[in-house]
Amino acid sequence: MAGAMKQKTDVLQGTLALMVLKTLDVLGPLHGYGVARRIEQISGDLLAVNQGTLYPVLLKLEQEGAIASEWGASENNRRARFYRLTEEGRKQLQVETRDWEQTAAIIGRFFEAKAEDLS
Amino acid sequence: MKSLRRFFTRLASLATRRAQDERLREEIEEHIALETAENLRAGLSPIEARRQAMLKFGGVEAMKQDYRADRGLPFIEDLVRDVRFALRMLRKSPGFTAVAVVTLAVAIGANAVVFGVLNALILRPLNVPQAESLWGIERGSDKAVNQSYPDYLDLRDRNRSFDDLAAYNVALAGLDTGNNPSSSWILEVTGNYFDALGIHPYLGRFFHGADEHGPNSAPYIVLTYAFWHSHFQDDRSVVGRTVQLNKHPFTILGVAPLEFRGTLLFVFPDFWVPLVNQEQVEGTNVLNARGNRSILMVLGHLKAGVTPLQAVADLNSIGSYLEKTYPKDDGQMTFSLTRPGLTGDWLGGPLRAFLSGLMLLAALILMAACANLGSLFAARASDRSREVALRLALGAGRLRVLRQLFTEAVLVSLIGGAFGLWGSVALLRGLSVWQPLPTAPLQVPVNPDANVYAVALLLSLASAFLFGVVPVRQVLHTDPYHVIKSGSTGTVGRRFTVRDLSLVAQIAICAVLVTSSLVAVRGLVRSLHSNFGFEPKNTLLVETALSMAGYSADRAPAMQKRMIDALESIPGVKSVGLVDRLPLYYGANSSDVFADKTTDLRPTNAAAEAMIYNISPEYFDAARTSLLAGRTLSWHDDKDAPRVAVVNREFAGKIFGSATDALGKYFKRRDGTRIQVVGIVEDGKYTSLAEDPQPAMFLPILQSPSTVVSLVVRSDGDPQQLAPAIKSAVQDLDAGLPFTLRTWNQELESALFPSRMATLSLGVLGVMGAMLSITGVFGMAAYSVSKRLRELGIRMALGAQRKEVLQAALGRAFKLLAFGSAAGLLLGILASRVLASIVYQATPRDPLVLSGVVLAMLLLGLLATWIPAQRALSIDPVILLREE
Repeated sequence: MAGAMKQKTDVLQGTLALMVLKTLDVLGPLHGYGVARRIEQISGDLLAVNQGTLYPVLLKLEQEGAIASEWGASENNRRARFYRLTEEGRKQLQVETRDWEQTAAIIGRFFEAKAEDLS
Repeated sequence: MKSLRRFFTRLASLATRRAQDERLREEIEEHIALETAENLRAGLSPIEARRQAMLKFGGVEAMKQDYRADRGLPFIEDLVRDVRFALRMLRKSPGFTAVAVVTLAVAIGANAVVFGVLNALILRPLNVPQAESLWGIERGSDKAVNQSYPDYLDLRDRNRSFDDLAAYNVALAGLDTGNNPSSSWILEVTGNYFDALGIHPYLGRFFHGADEHGPNSAPYIVLTYAFWHSHFQDDRSVVGRTVQLNKHPFTILGVAPLEFRGTLLFVFPDFWVPLVNQEQVEGTNVLNARGNRSILMVLGHLKAGVTPLQAVADLNSIGSYLEKTYPKDDGQMTFSLTRPGLTGDWLGGPLRAFLSGLMLLAALILMAACANLGSLFAARASDRSREVALRLALGAGRLRVLRQLFTEAVLVSLIGGAFGLWGSVALLRGLSVWQPLPTAPLQVPVNPDANVYAVALLLSLASAFLFGVVPVRQVLHTDPYHVIKSGSTGTVGRRFTVRDLSLVAQIAICAVLVTSSLVAVRGLVRSLHSNFGFEPKNTLLVETALSMAGYSADRAPAMQKRMIDALESIPGVKSVGLVDRLPLYYGANSSDVFADKTTDLRPTNAAAEAMIYNISPEYFDAARTSLLAGRTLSWHDDKDAPRVAVVNREFAGKIFGSATDALGKYFKRRDGTRIQVVGIVEDGKYTSLAEDPQPAMFLPILQSPSTVVSLVVRSDGDPQQLAPAIKSAVQDLDAGLPFTLRTWNQELESALFPSRMATLSLGVLGVMGAMLSITGVFGMAAYSVSKRLRELGIRMALGAQRKEVLQAALGRAFKLLAFGSAAGLLLGILASRVLASIVYQATPRDPLVLSGVVLAMLLLGLLATWIPAQRALSIDPVILLREE
């Protein structure tokens, strides 16, 4: 059971990481809440119940050097941590986007396939 | 690459953990504040807005844990936490910590020392390039390393297995660099010695095979670095200087590198000279005597690709050629290979056996220490069962709890190991610079190297796991519910536990150690009081080699007679006797003897191999060797008189059947000379104290002259008072003759050295074993008394007598002690067989030893249970029961 849960988180983390990179790529530097909001707006309820899971993902991306962070002021003028995409992160995003598109294309073709194509 | 970078970021984040926790807290707060503000805008009440925000964020603590797990390296963080906690726990119980650390320091230190010696003398090869392919040659079934020079030449020139074969000999020589004659231990070596070993000079040059052109053709000296440093003060201009060696001019060619100290592990020579100049160094040479096996050792590097087995086959084919060609001189010429540093099995064999035995005992000490600590840790774990139960109840995994306990064990063991290693390194360094015997250039080069450190570390970790594993079962079976409800679990009255078993094992091991050290001590005492065949008390020895002052063999006898006469005229001197080599001194001579009727004098037909001593007539008187029958030798037994000998009882019995049969009979030596037996003397010790009786013959010095001289000067009282008079008497005769003056007892140190060292090391291990069993029994007894205080109090309140209380409190401890001692005694008796080869007359079947062991163990038991017994007896039931 623990294993299944872990697997699910891993998948979630992987997907989340890509979403974070894309969000920062499109919108520029954002604080954690900002990232969470954008992902929520686009993906629906993926983060509806536990926005907190975003933070370990941000940490991991930062440790890998894909994003960097620094303190700044939020819209209500409080101290907030702002994340931005690094050059390395941009490259990583490009690579992973291409991978995704390829994977999606292949899976797509499989779903469209009919019995006579596979015989 | 990415994961490596991540690893380092995580490693670095260990240091900034607190700041990062703070950052996360701030981020979460900000996140929730922003979400709350959003919810407020959406029209929720402030409380509901915050509640919704929190809900949406999800489980903060779970997320924090995830975050932390990803941020740092949890394994290391846990480790740091465990180490900190363990240190705190150890500081809290300083008594326990001190006992554990000292126990381990002693046990690991003992192992490190023994291993250090083993490593340096047995495992580490000689310090030459490609030492792994360097072998010495042993001859015959008794693995003798000595060869004759002509045989060496044949081996060198006919073999196809060695790159080159070199040979060497140890000798004493007098060096005079300008009016300061002093004696030095040197190696006489073949010309190819340095080239065959692959050594290059530090300064100047070495001599080579091409420098030899027959006897006395290469008067060259190569100095060791140490001797160059101490006697020539690092003077680089010594190269090319001419010095006097035994009154012959020799030229210093060069200096060997510091790390090369000759080809014997335990004797460092001062310099090397070519063996072809033996006559100038020793007064005679054996370069043409095929039957005279006085070359100490032949050694060389195997050719690349040749296995030792192939080399032995090659040598054996040369051997059978030698047997056929020289049947008179070369008997059993089969060969084997050996490591050259310890002169093969002659010294290496007993040393290897002894050191392995010692290593085994040291390992036993460590096992005993582990058993000891195992029970200590088990006791501690059961004392901490409440703490463990609480942690389990609060959700700690059992593995996590065990890991913490193991951390504590490893920590204790590393601290103990560090102390032990520190002590043993100091001891080994001390041993390395120690010169155990004043008379011989003996060294114990046992400087610790990386192997010793590695072994100490390994032993520390291994012992940590050994004693750390003892409380595991206990923890795994802890039921938090019961423990917290009913207080600590009592183990009173249960069957034998692991703790008991480990205590018995430990006591048994200690009893083995005590037994073997008592056996050794007893053997040493006996050997000190055994009959040597001479009486060393009240004698002074004047030792010299006349060749050092330039006397040749034919001029020596006159000088020897003058010396004897001069010393005898000193007031207070009772008698003066001369012998070429003292019994129980290294460099003993022996040779084959034959029955009178034997005509084919090949070695295989020999009746016996007898020790040879060339003596002056007064020797028996001066040495107090008692004459059993016949007459002693006289000054009339000279070159022109018939050849005669005095033999010992063993000789007479072996060759003639009995002492009475021998008188007046003849025997033959290898060269065919017939010798008449004119007297029989008592047996003595000739090569070692542990030897069986050996045949020996005493020949008149005038019939077989020698330039090596030991004068035995017997006095009425304290011989030291005669020393100045003796010194000036010898100097008056020849001022250029270096000599040493010592009492015979001092000289005997070298003969007693092996058994002294054996006894000392076994004694130390025995004391360690005794200490360990005291702490072990004490720990067990004290613990069981403290656990049962309440029970004992109730018994006393109900009217139990002192005897019954003691029995209840300590009966078990004594039962275990008796059990362990019996087992240990039995094992010790078996183990002592090994000892018999080193320590003279070491037998465990000696009532004194047996009762000694029993008494010692009993005493240890009393000592160890004294304090717990006092505590049990001083229980005041009233106070105790009120407290509970």
